[in-house]
Amino acid sequence: MHDLPDPQSLLPLPTVTFHILMAVASGDRHGYAIIQDVAERTDNQLRLGAGTLYRSLERMLRQGLIEETGDRPAPEMDDERRRYYRITTYGEAVAQAEAARLAALLRLARASGFAKGRA
Amino acid sequence: MMASVLLYRALLWLYPASWRSEYGAEMRTAFAARLRQSRGLLSTLALWLEVLPDLIPNAAAVQFDVLRQDVRYTARTLRRSPGFAIAAVVIGAVGIGATTAAFTMVEHVMIRPFPYARPDRLLKLYEGDIRHASWTNDVAPANFRDWKQMSQSFSGMEAFRFLSVNLTGQGEPQRLDGASLTPGMLQLLGAQPMIGRLFTPADDTDSAHCVILSYGLWQSRFAGDAAVLGTVIRLDGRPHTIIGIMPRDFYFPNRAALLWTTMHWAPDAFEDRTDTYIFGIGRLKPGVAIGQADAEMRGIGARIAREYPKELANTTVKLVRLREDISPQSLLMLKVLTGAALCVLLIACANLANLLLARGMARRRELSVRTALGAGRERLVRQMLTENVVLSLAGGGLGWLLAHATLPLLVKLIPVSLPLAEIPSIDTGMLTLAMVLVCATGAVFGLIPALGSRRQIVTGLHEGGRSGIGGTRQRLRSTLVMIEVAASVMLLVGFGLLSRALWRVQAVDPGFHPDHVLTLETSLPMPRFEELSARDPFYRRVLGETRQLPGVSAASYISFLPLVQGGGIWPVEIEGHPLDVAQRPTVSLRFVTPGFFATMGIPIRAGRDIREDDIHKQPYVAVVSQAFVERHWRGLDPIGRHFTIADIPRTVVGVVGDIHVRGLERASEPQVYLSWQQPDNVSTWYAPKDLVVRTSGDPILLAPALRRIIHQADPEVPISEVRSLDAIVTAETESRRVQLAVLGAFGGVAFLLAAVGIHSLLAFSVSQRTQEIGVRMALGAQSHNILAMTLSHGLKLAVFGVVAGLAVAFVESQWLSSLLFGVTPHDTATFAAAAGLALVMTLAGSLIPTLRAVRIDPTTAIRSE
Repeated sequence: MHDLPDPQSLLPLPTVTFHILMAVASGDRHGYAIIQDVAERTDNQLRLGAGTLYRSLERMLRQGLIEETGDRPAPEMDDERRRYYRITTYGEAVAQAEAARLAALLRLARASGFAKGRA
Repeated sequence: MMASVLLYRALLWLYPASWRSEYGAEMRTAFAARLRQSRGLLSTLALWLEVLPDLIPNAAAVQFDVLRQDVRYTARTLRRSPGFAIAAVVIGAVGIGATTAAFTMVEHVMIRPFPYARPDRLLKLYEGDIRHASWTNDVAPANFRDWKQMSQSFSGMEAFRFLSVNLTGQGEPQRLDGASLTPGMLQLLGAQPMIGRLFTPADDTDSAHCVILSYGLWQSRFAGDAAVLGTVIRLDGRPHTIIGIMPRDFYFPNRAALLWTTMHWAPDAFEDRTDTYIFGIGRLKPGVAIGQADAEMRGIGARIAREYPKELANTTVKLVRLREDISPQSLLMLKVLTGAALCVLLIACANLANLLLARGMARRRELSVRTALGAGRERLVRQMLTENVVLSLAGGGLGWLLAHATLPLLVKLIPVSLPLAEIPSIDTGMLTLAMVLVCATGAVFGLIPALGSRRQIVTGLHEGGRSGIGGTRQRLRSTLVMIEVAASVMLLVGFGLLSRALWRVQAVDPGFHPDHVLTLETSLPMPRFEELSARDPFYRRVLGETRQLPGVSAASYISFLPLVQGGGIWPVEIEGHPLDVAQRPTVSLRFVTPGFFATMGIPIRAGRDIREDDIHKQPYVAVVSQAFVERHWRGLDPIGRHFTIADIPRTVVGVVGDIHVRGLERASEPQVYLSWQQPDNVSTWYAPKDLVVRTSGDPILLAPALRRIIHQADPEVPISEVRSLDAIVTAETESRRVQLAVLGAFGGVAFLLAAVGIHSLLAFSVSQRTQEIGVRMALGAQSHNILAMTLSHGLKLAVFGVVAGLAVAFVESQWLSSLLFGVTPHDTATFAAAAGLALVMTLAGSLIPTLRAVRIDPTTAIRSE
């Protein structure tokens, strides 16, 4: 994966992309599971539509942020058609870079008094 | 529930197939899961309100992503084969550009509406001749009056005549063209004034004259000032009140007409039924077909002819649709050009098809590999389509530019009387059609490899792109090349025939020496110069001073210059051969001052020139041309013989050489020249006004001195049409030269395209057969064997194409004959030259591939296996 671009070049990440990265960070998930995970994590604030989700997944695959897993859960648990996605090392690097960017931004916001907390 | 699932499934078709097969099932699963959670109709509805705004924009975005990928892929592949890309774009551009430009012209002339209401219901009325179906003559006012009274087919019938007047009083005197109309003409056309009003029957009086201005004249001469309405201008010395301005796009009867007046009938206007000088315009009543009107009018014509057998024995009425009021030659030329353009488009499409087929075969391996790697057929097809659309759009853009560049050239083909004088805007319909044709060619022939890719996946990989298969395709390509050769041979034959016709026209001896002669027109302001006694001092002063100018060897006045004015035709009666007016032979009548023949370089064959002392009291004299003598007094001495013209007997005092009065390409009546001092019984229209001056230097350099002389002689006389006699003669062949240039350009393009076609076919076949040729050479074949093999392949194509092309040309050149000026449509030399050129083209196209074949090194060729 040495020819992947510098993670910084992908920033800022689209919100949906960041949410998907967070959803697949804790383990391999299929598409519908990502939708549910994002919904749970955001208290139903963000409900991804299938169209948005798969278009994001397709782009993230191309960008190398995630990959499809060859191994799927035990057949009886698995719907045969489902594809599972996992975060790549590169995806982790990009997510960390985005988190750092957001944290820095938040610090600046606090310093300006826009947000509560210590700058 | 079920309905929702089905609907969702249907909506997924908005996505590309590749996407559907990848994610469709997943998306359906996700949707089904959501659907299971929803309870009741309302929550299903809410779900849909959520799904639709998610699905549709995303589908569009995916489609766009794919398109962008394909365009990027296309750009990459085309950059890798720039030769192909450039060739395809240029070929498409040439086909699209040539066809669009030619069709725009034809459409503009033949299909675009006139600025009149329901122009398809308007007919032009001429006098016809029962002996010559195609002749159209001016109409005598008395005949027109009878037609109008007797006919039932028309809701209105009006007349006009051409007008040429001097506008004086506002600065430089100016010569203006226009038309005088019967008062209802503009209403009949359905025209509205931009400001002011149209003529009314009340304007048709002798006491008050009115004039309506064209938008162009209003702008140029009156600065577009609305206050000119009601003001008085002087036309030929008579005061005319400006009553209206016509809209910008209005013109009648042609674009040269800048103003309109009402027609005033002289008291005796209806007496002479052979004095023809007006034209009729009629509007068909609703429901009346042109055939009915034609039958009725021919009946009326026959009735009038029976009533006046002496004057009108052969006269009938001729109706022409306004749209078709154009010479059959011009019409034919337009058709020829359209045909030529379609030929070029056909050749361009064939060439493009060929190019794509070759590329398809060359890319078979790439496609096979991609199919084997899992690329869906839909993706491949889509990619190919994108590639073709990109190429076609580029070709179309370039073609549009080409059409833009060539249109001004094409416009010159059209005489001013036609409904256009400015450059027409490009016909987008035709541009689209040509682009669609090119795109369709691209789609059909570009997709063949993609469509076949699945079947070929195995063979393509196996073969490594070797020769052997694609026999049908090779035959198809050969056929396409033959079509190209045939079409270009056809164009070459047409070009050749018309070139020979042009040479023949240019070789026509006009009967005078046009070099070193300056001509100009001094239209004499009319009521003032109506009497000879008023004109005479003017002529004497201008001619006297002109002859004093350095370098001037001769100068003279004539009523109409040859080639410029073909009219002025008059019946004559030969002494001892009395005939009714309708039967009398006609001549081209001119009044001249002494020295005209010397100025023009027309030889005096017998007798003498018109002299200063051929004045009113002396016997009335005439100088006639040789054809006149041949016609009436063959083998006799014409000097001293008599004939009557305008009821006055004239004595022949001289015989001169014949000249082409009506034009280089037309037969002219014999000429009769009368003394300017003996103009009795002939209208002042014949008063000499054209000055001709022979000089030793460049004639145009004389112009300033002549202007000064004329202005000093009479400041109210406008000077116009200053040009050399050479320029007048050259203008005769101008439209032919432009036509040829256009046809030649088409022919050249076709020729090049066909050569490219042959080249690319042979080059491809040589590259495919490299190994075979290598083996042949290893087995002892000499280079001349290989040479013969490759060349014979090209020649075989050429011979088939040439034979087919010549056969079609043989048939089609017949209907060119009216444009050929006596060149036989089956001119052997032209056909041979076209065939010869086509063979040379084949050899040129075959040259590089053949050399490549001969230079193949057997060892490398076989080893590359």
